[in-house]
Amino acid sequence: MVSDHWRISVDGDTCIGAGICAGTAPAAFRLVNGVSTPIHETVDADDAVRAAAESCPVEAITVRDRKGAVIAPEP
Amino acid sequence: MTDTQRVVHAYPFSPPDRFKLDPFYAELRRREPLTRVRMPYGEEAWLATRYADVRTVLGDARFSRAASADRDEPRISPRKLEAGLLLMDPPEHTRLRRLVAKAFTARRVEQLRPRTHEVANELVDRMITAGPPADLVERFATPLPITVICELLGVPVEDQDRFHVWSEAVVSTTSLSVEQIAGYIQNLFAYMRGLIAERRREPTEDLISALVRARDEDDSRLTEDELVRLLTGLLAAGHETTVTQIPNFTYVLLTNPDKLAELRADPDLVPAAVEELMRYVPLGVASSFARYATEDVELGGVLVRAGEPVIGSLSSANRDEEVFPDPDSLDFRRSTNPHIGFGHGAHHCIGAQLARMELQVAIDVLVRRFPQLRFAVPEKELEWKSGMLVRGLKRMPVAW
Repeated sequence: MVSDHWRISVDGDTCIGAGICAGTAPAAFRLVNGVSTPIHETVDADDAVRAAAESCPVEAITVRDRKGAVIAPEP
Repeated sequence: MTDTQRVVHAYPFSPPDRFKLDPFYAELRRREPLTRVRMPYGEEAWLATRYADVRTVLGDARFSRAASADRDEPRISPRKLEAGLLLMDPPEHTRLRRLVAKAFTARRVEQLRPRTHEVANELVDRMITAGPPADLVERFATPLPITVICELLGVPVEDQDRFHVWSEAVVSTTSLSVEQIAGYIQNLFAYMRGLIAERRREPTEDLISALVRARDEDDSRLTEDELVRLLTGLLAAGHETTVTQIPNFTYVLLTNPDKLAELRADPDLVPAAVEELMRYVPLGVASSFARYATEDVELGGVLVRAGEPVIGSLSSANRDEEVFPDPDSLDFRRSTNPHIGFGHGAHHCIGAQLARMELQVAIDVLVRRFPQLRFAVPEKELEWKSGMLVRGLKRMPVAW
């Protein structure tokens, strides 16, 4: 089975810099000038990344699969 | 300077006095941004006072809360935390937190705003009908957050007299005895177990039912004990701090009449004012919840060794002149305000968006409906809480 790849995007205008994502998935997110930034735009499927998007209080993070379908957060 | 030459300061540096922040924090930020401290209970620790360092301590995975479980962590309470989210690190912490996070997003919280406004206005109506003076703590600041969290969780609001008294246990240091604190917490657990049993029999559309369903569908998500603790934490912590901050913010406004006038002239400033008040009010009597370094970390010019605890001072970070120009002045028109009043990192307050909304509604309603709001006693006669983790007023008699 080919491992699934996800694409991460962060809406920097919505981000409040709470740092929950970087604390939850430090391999995927870091804060740059107080704003969450994906370390890589494409990552291997990783539950911590999904959890980070689900845990963002302002839903600034979107995680999509290869076909562009939204994996997190839930609508 | 070697570690053995460092002076160890007793911390907190001084007893709380209203919302004055001990000037020693500013001196430490300049001179010794990581300093050795000893708190009333637990082991010696580092205290970080600069904004950037505090954010590192709270946000960097090299600092662990879970590690505190096996240590005599530095604290101002005789009691040690025994379990809960604040004793966990990702990914265990994430497993529990994600179950409730979506109920507290800005989007979900916005849906509660009209109802929160309605409750606030009803409380003011009752105060006006009864006539001045009135205790703002009892008549407004306490019932507002309690009603909102009750409706969100599915806790009967008419039980508030019981669980509000018990909830003091989560913010008490010495206001209650160790036995009372343990007893109140057991009462909260027993009360929550009763509600959980009811929702299991008869689910409704509330957060208790949703979490019961999450566990009953897949019990690897959380244990029964975790379910009880999580919901109890949301109920108790979910109102105690906002109950305290509404009078705190009101106090700051009434003692800064020019700022209150500015808000009255332009109520659109309320959200920015709430952020600034979050920054300005040093809510904690001292910072607590040390993070333990899991490896050697260079921080604030010091090599923190693996296994050493570091306390990050939120109040000091929020007054850091490197980040906030003229940090000791209250300014509702700051161009940026990245305060960390709700913490930072994985443990950033889960109820932050709810608290923001409630505080915005509370201040908006007070400003609009009481154009002559004032203390009904001289400021010096206001009674402040003591023996608590947080600064706050026991009562706030007001007139209008």
